Amino acid sequence: MSRLGPDFLPRAIATIALYPEPRSAMLPILHLVQEQNGFLTEEGMAHVAELLGLSQAEVYGTATFYDMFFTHPVGNYLVSVCTNIACLLNGGYELLEHAEQSLGVKAGGTTPDGQFTVEEVECIGLCGNAPCLTVNWRFFGDVTNEGFDSLVGDLTAGRLAETVPPHGTLCRVRRTVGLEAAAAVESTSVPELESGERS
Amino acid sequence: MADAPETSTDTVSITVDGKVIAAQPGEMIIAAAERNGVYIPRFCYHPRMRPVGMCRMCLVQVKGPRGFALSPACYVAVAEGQEVVTDSPEVKKAQDGVLEFLLVNHPLDCPVCDKGGECPLQDQTLTFGPGETRFVEEKRHWAKPINLSDLVLLDRERCIQCDRCTRFADEVAGDPLIEFVGRGASIEVNTFPDLPFSSYFSGNTVQICPVGALTATPYRFKARPWDLEQVESTCTSCAVGCRVAVQSSGAKLTRYLGVDADPVNHGWLCDRGRFDFEAVNSDERVTAPLVRKGDELIEASWGEALAAAAKGLADVTKLHGKGSVAVIGGARLPNEDAFAWAKLAKVVLGTDHVDCQLGDGLPAAAVLGLPRATIDDACRAPVVILLGPDLKEELPVLYLRLRAAAVDGKTKIVELTPHSTGLTRYAAASLGYRPGEVALLARALVEGGGGEDADVAGVSAAAIAAARELISAGNAVVVLGRPSLAEYGSSVAEAAGVLARLPGARFLPALRRANVHGALDMGLAPGVLPGRVALADGRDWFGREWGALPAEPGLDTLGILTTAADGRLQALILLGADPANDFPDRQLARRAIAGAGFVVAVDTFLTDSSRHADVVLPAATYAERAGTTTNLEGRVSRLGQKVTPPGVAWPDWMIASELAVRLGGDLGFDSLESIWAEIERLAPSHAGLTTATLSARASRDGVVTPLPAAPTEATADTDDEAAGADATGEAPVNRPALLSFAAPERAGDVPALDSYSLRLVTGHKLYDSATSVRRSPSLAGLVAKGKLRVNPYDLDRLGLTTGGRIRLQAPRATMVLEVVADAGVPRGSASLPFNLPSEPAADLIDGSLAVNDVRIETT
Amino acid sequence: MATTVAPIVTAHIGTPDSHTLRGYLASGGYEALRKAVTTMTREEVQTEVDTANLLGRGGAGFPAGRKWSMLRKADPTYLVVNGDESEPATFKDHMLLEEDPHQIIEGTIITAYAIGAAQAFIYVRGEFALGIERMTQALNEAYGHGAAGNRIFGSDFSLDVVIHPGAGAYICGDETALLESLEGKRGFPRIKPPYFPAVMGLYGAPTIVNNVETMSNIPWIVVNGGAAFAALGEPQATGTRLFAVSGHVKKPGNYEVELAKNTFRDLIYDPRFGAGIRNGAELKAFIPGGASSFWFGPDRLDMALDETKVKGEGGSMMGSGSIIAMDSSTCMVRAAWRLVRFFSRESCGQCTPCREGSSWLDKIMYRIEAGDGRPDDLDLLMDVCDNISPGVQWPSRWPPNMTTICPLGPSIPPPIVSALGMFRDEFLTHIKDGACPYG
Ligand SMILES: Cc1cc2nc3c(=O)[nH]c(=O)nc-3n(C[C@H](O)[C@H](O)[C@H](O)COP(=O)(O)O)c2cc1C
Ligand code: SF4
Ligand code: FES
Repeated sequence: MSRLGPDFLPRAIATIALYPEPRSAMLPILHLVQEQNGFLTEEGMAHVAELLGLSQAEVYGTATFYDMFFTHPVGNYLVSVCTNIACLLNGGYELLEHAEQSLGVKAGGTTPDGQFTVEEVECIGLCGNAPCLTVNWRFFGDVTNEGFDSLVGDLTAGRLAETVPPHGTLCRVRRTVGLEAAAAVESTSVPELESGERS
Repeated sequence: MADAPETSTDTVSITVDGKVIAAQPGEMIIAAAERNGVYIPRFCYHPRMRPVGMCRMCLVQVKGPRGFALSPACYVAVAEGQEVVTDSPEVKKAQDGVLEFLLVNHPLDCPVCDKGGECPLQDQTLTFGPGETRFVEEKRHWAKPINLSDLVLLDRERCIQCDRCTRFADEVAGDPLIEFVGRGASIEVNTFPDLPFSSYFSGNTVQICPVGALTATPYRFKARPWDLEQVESTCTSCAVGCRVAVQSSGAKLTRYLGVDADPVNHGWLCDRGRFDFEAVNSDERVTAPLVRKGDELIEASWGEALAAAAKGLADVTKLHGKGSVAVIGGARLPNEDAFAWAKLAKVVLGTDHVDCQLGDGLPAAAVLGLPRATIDDACRAPVVILLGPDLKEELPVLYLRLRAAAVDGKTKIVELTPHSTGLTRYAAASLGYRPGEVALLARALVEGGGGEDADVAGVSAAAIAAARELISAGNAVVVLGRPSLAEYGSSVAEAAGVLARLPGARFLPALRRANVHGALDMGLAPGVLPGRVALADGRDWFGREWGALPAEPGLDTLGILTTAADGRLQALILLGADPANDFPDRQLARRAIAGAGFVVAVDTFLTDSSRHADVVLPAATYAERAGTTTNLEGRVSRLGQKVTPPGVAWPDWMIASELAVRLGGDLGFDSLESIWAEIERLAPSHAGLTTATLSARASRDGVVTPLPAAPTEATADTDDEAAGADATGEAPVNRPALLSFAAPERAGDVPALDSYSLRLVTGHKLYDSATSVRRSPSLAGLVAKGKLRVNPYDLDRLGLTTGGRIRLQAPRATMVLEVVADAGVPRGSASLPFNLPSEPAADLIDGSLAVNDVRIETT
Repeated sequence: MATTVAPIVTAHIGTPDSHTLRGYLASGGYEALRKAVTTMTREEVQTEVDTANLLGRGGAGFPAGRKWSMLRKADPTYLVVNGDESEPATFKDHMLLEEDPHQIIEGTIITAYAIGAAQAFIYVRGEFALGIERMTQALNEAYGHGAAGNRIFGSDFSLDVVIHPGAGAYICGDETALLESLEGKRGFPRIKPPYFPAVMGLYGAPTIVNNVETMSNIPWIVVNGGAAFAALGEPQATGTRLFAVSGHVKKPGNYEVELAKNTFRDLIYDPRFGAGIRNGAELKAFIPGGASSFWFGPDRLDMALDETKVKGEGGSMMGSGSIIAMDSSTCMVRAAWRLVRFFSRESCGQCTPCREGSSWLDKIMYRIEAGDGRPDDLDLLMDVCDNISPGVQWPSRWPPNMTTICPLGPSIPPPIVSALGMFRDEFLTHIKDGACPYG
């Protein structure tokens, strides 16, 4: 499944309608591609280009500017450890090292089972609870080494499914209101898809 | 005449390094300073593109409310009283700093870099730069050069992120296929994965890259800049006539660079124009005269070949009369040569069956006789009406200019076209008409009327009304050429006659061959004489010097080929023309060449036409000879000679002169200057345009004819010659008036389309089977396969799927090819490129029909 | 001595369900909006904000009322709210987005009313997933409540608000980069002139860009009047402000205090706020206004929280309102390196000095911290900094000069120049010993 499928295409079209100019929907729609596919597949980016009336290079060039977009597969859990100043002062690098050791991958890498990707990130704005990290962009503060290990345990056991949605899911709340144009599109049926492109 | 003093409202005075200079309001400091002799270093700034201020090399001090502050000269506009300092220690430190920053990650591979020797980064490092590097860390590394396209390579380590190539692709070419990828220090220029930078204009990025990051495959490692010699010239790949610098190394052409001619190309070239010089270097050029011995063409001396040609032509004339010889071609000749050949044909051979357009143009009077506009006029017109070919494919830099004008909101485009073109997406209105019915559409557009809500030519009344609203402002410029080669050109001429009635309408002809407009000006067309004069009107004026001229207007190419195929015309001269490939009805052309008893070809290669000739005379081509050429505006500009012709090839005018002598005539020319003097003297449209004017510096961008002051009406002659004429006792002869276009009669209706058929539409692709493309290795591989484009509605109706293979049937031929759905093709039509090596529409066309219909079957 | 006033922007935080409509209404939510659109003219709202002298809370500290009055007359105009908060150690907007989304929406709609915006966009940092969800939920509720959308509270003012997610790029906090990003492009800051989005902003239309906290102040000002707001603090630094205190303090967190009446010492040492340095250690230095500000030593602790003083006397800035305390166990080379590395990773890449300079400085600093420094490096560091921000020096001066398009360029030197200025010995020890003395 690479192009936006029936669960996502209507959302994408409704999103475009929110803006005076279609291109503005670029980032929200790329998030949708990532929510569907786990990363920005080439077909997914090409589909975005089609929807926004842009060249594929324009979509690719824009997407690669932003850290949250991946053009290669990442694990089911993206563990982002902050090492910026407040965390540095409170053991951020030690936490990152621990994460690398305990998962057995270097920052930037993914565990062989495809479960965890560890990355080092810049300040994620939870400095009052340093050191901190996010898993699939859900925040965890005051993380000790033991805390990290039990977090991994909880994730693996599926105990955090409520808090931590699958990687790529930015917003679980649907916009249900607003622009007439968007509302109109939302209520219409899914535009035709070429059958081969669903999976 | 003294210049009027400049008024203060027109200029802004600013102080640069203590000197007061006059600047244009709104211009950037960098440009104002440069015009006044102060060069501010820069990398990202390019005068033809939006400033981005990225490289920061142009930092200068500008005085503001809080004293002098460093500001980029490339995007700070001049303001009255502004104080600028470009040479202070602060400025020097800032610029040195930027240069050092640029070099920290730049490889020091100048000795093997193509840009070495002409690299602004290298130059500025030598001029300004710090001697030793303070950077001890490891440089950024990228995998070695990557192919952005078949023509352009990128070495990312050398890239300094100036945004020139990416800006060009997006802003100028409209092909945003290369982009910055990544962020910060890891930013790179790249394409979408596996989607090449296939733009017709990609070579420009190589030219404007300020370092050696982008290189063109045809030039890579071929030469070092200091070995190159250069001459300014005019590109002759199409009729836009872009100004170029032609460079050679040794005896070979190595590179073309665009020259910034303000009225024409703004420094840009299309890739065909930039790279098809490779054909000039080709080993397959005809280098010696050839004479047929049985089935073979055998090398001969000029004497033998010219004698054979003269004998063949004289025999035919003796036996069948003067009208038995015809001359086809000449659109690839410079003006002087076209003039010499026109004189040879019309005076020495005494035939008016002369035509430089190969049935893919318009009646000569429609090109020569309508009020003309320049490219600038079109770009500034309230509305441009496009009634011609896909400019992106046929006249690429005109496409660039019009695209920019439309994108910038300087003009609006209204397009009358039988299939979507490169400009369709920029057009305010695009009326997709049914082939053959464009005159009806033009009438409905200009006159209104018709059934108020009836479709006309397949276009809805609402669309016509909307377009009428757009052109109602008046002063439209009509870009006039052949929208499709599968319909009669006369229907387009008829439409032009209708559009000519729009108040203030002017025309920019859009025929594509390099000097077709010059050849028409020089009289290489039936019924006209040099200088845009009708044969009847100019008979006395020219006759006085030239002697007897043909009694009646001759045949055009279609007429010539039809007559020759029937055996009623006995000799053909092919003047750099390959009708067997280029004439819309190829089958007719092939029969005609076979049917004519005697064929002489003047050519640079053996083509499908010239290889059947009885005598082949090798011609020198552009860059091998001097002369002038005329673009579609009527702009005469100079050609530069850079290399010598291969073997014993001659310039065409010399061939004409020598042939004339052997036919018992004397053209009276011994140099290009002597020809030009006669053009200037006799050709009314070129009166006043002397060699001196043409070679003046002010004429660097060429001179548009006729000159504004040129007499278009009769004036008394005062020169010696006129006096001589008077001395004979004859009444003085007046210079004839320029011809004007009389709109043709309303043609009959085209036949109705049956529901099983589709009406054929065809035009050229930029990369086609032309000799210059085929013989240029870098371009030959870019030629695509022909696909039939059909409206999705018809595809559905006929039960076909996009991408499927179909059998295309026409009375002339059947071919199997791929069909694709394209909403840009109106219902009921089918579009196929004219001249691709495989699946050419040219094989399908019957030139005797107003329109050509085809049928599609599944295979 | 710290003064206390009733909080303005954090009034609801900690109340039950502060992020829901129910919770918000329980503490008087949306009354300001109702008052504005049903009883006040646009000009009256503008006047109150002008009177309040509310300084922008996004970092540049420009008076909101004055900014609004600069809006070029044209149709349409837009309002864009900057919730991209990514400045290291700044986490105040993060809290507001998650805990009090309705207050932001209410402030946004009042502002849109005041400036006559055709549409409002709230750009939320992509990594704030929960914030985005809460904002979206709150927006759904606000429409349902009649506070957004068509004919707000029965007035003839209608407005669509869009929550726009970012995707991870610090530079998009810069207002012109943010607009580019909102247009669906790479976040490249725009060249100036034109200097203000109020003249040419989103899609070239006049646009007001204000910070999330700035917006959060608007409802209070409408309810209580601009004069009441201006009565807090000092005339040039009115109202309260939310400060993010982090680093080696006992109680890191966001604290709302009255401006000008409080000092850095209050924020770091007052038991209600930072509560002093952990483990009984000494304060070595603190960063007064986010990663881009010049550092202060303990001698500046008693400086009032007043931007004019911090800039004028201190040669630094309060910037994004984040204060980072570093105790005596901190390796200053390492701290400065980490900040420089941040800028190097976040440089958008347009300007040569920023793109190349930041990564060069990152490499030199890393080398020194790792023990591979050379004696020449210290002069080199200063000179490279000088090539990015000409005239940069210690003691510092505000504002720094720049050679770049946006202020990120001149933000690179302050950590290095501060650390070198205050702790040159530590650099020398690293170089001499070939190792970090702090291990
Ligand atoms: C590099 C850089 C990053 C910035 N980041 C933010 C930010 O995260 N949030 C913010 O509100 N303003 C940020 N700003 C300031 C904005 O450009 C702008 O001044 C502010 O959003 C205006 O809102 P205000 O007037 O309400 O403060 C940043 C500026 C720069 C140069
Ligand atoms: S200073 Fe840095 S971040 Fe700002 S525009 Fe220039 S390169 Fe981008
Ligand atoms: S030339 Fe001005 S910044 Fe590049």
